[in-house]
Amino acid sequence: MALPIPSAPLVQQQDWDVPEQVGLWTDVWRRFRRNRLAVAGAVIVVILVLDAVLAGLLVQIGLIQDPIKQHVELSATGPSAAHLLGTDELGRDTLSRLMFGARISLTIGILVQGIYVLIGGTIGLVAGYAGGRVDNLLMRFTDIWFAFPDLLFVLVLVSVFSPSLLSIFVAIGIVNWVGLARLVRGQVLSIKEKEFVESARAVGSSHFKIVLRHLVPNALGPIIVTLTFGIPAAIFLEAALSYIGVGIQPPTPSWGVMIQDGYQAIYAAPSQVLFPGIAIAITMLSFSFIGDGLRDALDPRMRR
Amino acid sequence: MATLLRIEDLKTQFFTSRGIVQAVDGVSLHVDEGETIGVVGESGCGKTMTALSVLRLVPDPGRIVGGHIWFRDRDVTTMDPDQIREFRGNDVAMIFQDPMTSLNPVTRVGIQIEEAMTAHERFSPKDALGRVIPLLQRVRIPAAERRKEDYPHQFSGGMRQRAMIAMGLANEPSLLIADEPTTALDVTVQAQIITLLKQLNRELGTAIMLITHNMALVASICSRVVVMYAGRVVEEGPVHQIFKSPQHPYTWSLLRSVPRVDEVRRSRLVSITGLPPDLVRLPPGCKFHPRCAFREDRCSEEEPPLGEVDTNQVARCWVLMRNVPQEAARELEAVTVPHDVAEELKSMPDLEEAADGS
Repeated sequence: MALPIPSAPLVQQQDWDVPEQVGLWTDVWRRFRRNRLAVAGAVIVVILVLDAVLAGLLVQIGLIQDPIKQHVELSATGPSAAHLLGTDELGRDTLSRLMFGARISLTIGILVQGIYVLIGGTIGLVAGYAGGRVDNLLMRFTDIWFAFPDLLFVLVLVSVFSPSLLSIFVAIGIVNWVGLARLVRGQVLSIKEKEFVESARAVGSSHFKIVLRHLVPNALGPIIVTLTFGIPAAIFLEAALSYIGVGIQPPTPSWGVMIQDGYQAIYAAPSQVLFPGIAIAITMLSFSFIGDGLRDALDPRMRR
Repeated sequence: MATLLRIEDLKTQFFTSRGIVQAVDGVSLHVDEGETIGVVGESGCGKTMTALSVLRLVPDPGRIVGGHIWFRDRDVTTMDPDQIREFRGNDVAMIFQDPMTSLNPVTRVGIQIEEAMTAHERFSPKDALGRVIPLLQRVRIPAAERRKEDYPHQFSGGMRQRAMIAMGLANEPSLLIADEPTTALDVTVQAQIITLLKQLNRELGTAIMLITHNMALVASICSRVVVMYAGRVVEEGPVHQIFKSPQHPYTWSLLRSVPRVDEVRRSRLVSITGLPPDLVRLPPGCKFHPRCAFREDRCSEEEPPLGEVDTNQVARCWVLMRNVPQEAARELEAVTVPHDVAEELKSMPDLEEAADGS
């Protein structure tokens, strides 16, 4: 009952037999690029980031006005050559304030994701990997946390800390990590049952290495997508807080503060509400488009 | 030859809501240094769980509840977590059934092999890096320098299994457990992988424990075979002896249930009626008796011990095939091959010869 075994040596492989080397991220980028909305979103976000980074420099070289300097004689003017988007009721340049507002929004949007990863990511990872009692304990804690209404929770925390940029993003981060924790746990639970994790254990890899080299990289796709969608949500929350008056404090320009300021004179100068509103909308849409694009590009079922 | 691995009365059980599943129930077997041993049996007979027990990788809610696993002079069942981690890969490595899912899809193949080495202190990171290409070459992956940069999805099934074997061999273990290494591959690739395992066993002296349900594989590379049924060993002995004169009816049926292309069949394939027993509620007496064509009254009352039936051959049976009248056995194998088919089969090339030429 012998098995037919080919006696000839393996065919020598030729150059053209070897498929083109395509890394995971090259592949993701290829598919991301095909989604026009996502690319448009990415371009806008890049512009916003450049604007946020360079806003201070632009004021120094005199390209835009100082966002805090008041020109009482120019209260609530419409767009003009000197003030492209007009001025607010205190005569501050709207364009400049919008550009500085992007700083606040992006900083909060992105830094908050860091807190999500730190708290939610760690809790989800530990709960999913350890399983059993640890999992139960951590997830019940998460459930309790989730039971608090988030806006109220943030409000309470911000009033405790006294409003500042730092306290806002800490508060948002502390309150909203729950979603990420659940997502990461779910990912880890399914990945740790995969055979490659078992084979890693069979060659004697440590827990640390398995988590770092096998679980995290394989869970990365959905995490990145969630974080991308989390950015506009955090930006919106900051705007809402600033609008209520517990967020960024005047005279620092933030989109939420600007809407609040403009709201006082909404009939006289609607543009003062309109411009920051549009800025928020465009930013949120851009991040959402990027998130959509990434979700499709990172979907393992669409690989190759 | 010195004994490398000795499993003594191993019991591995799963504590489920249905009750206790006795996946491995008193298995004893040994593997000598450099030996190739086959562990054969149907799905769910405890082959894989025996292997996973050796590496202490039994999944939840399973546990080793009894017995010893001696590797050289150390007992695996009493190792602490650090010792067991050092043991895995270094002393015993395991390759799994499905090479499609056994490699991490987002990491380059070369890096995964390197990591198998850096998981232990045996090789420095620099040495580990340098060993990747030779390892890939050793498992006959062409253009290894370039292929180590590939991701698993760029590998074919056979190449992935080769890469898995390279990973398994990375730390030069004394024993390689191959759990159905060819089941997920197509036939020609199966043959290549088996040839490879055979060569590696010869070149490196790595003992191989091949877990399979395929008798043909066992015949082609193993020197000894252990037949398992319902979590226990039912027959064990040298391959040629077992193939020539299987004594347990289960082994006998297994051998006759495999179609052979290398001879003109005069007999019908025997199918084993029924299903393997429920491991939560095992039948009394011999665990095989409900499906056995040659059972006696005694079989349902008392479980037979593993008794010596020939030199180096043991079987767990009251009846034994040599005591079964030839006619009774023949009845199960009536001639059914029509004449023209037999003629056609005769004209096929001699595969036995082709195999010997390798």
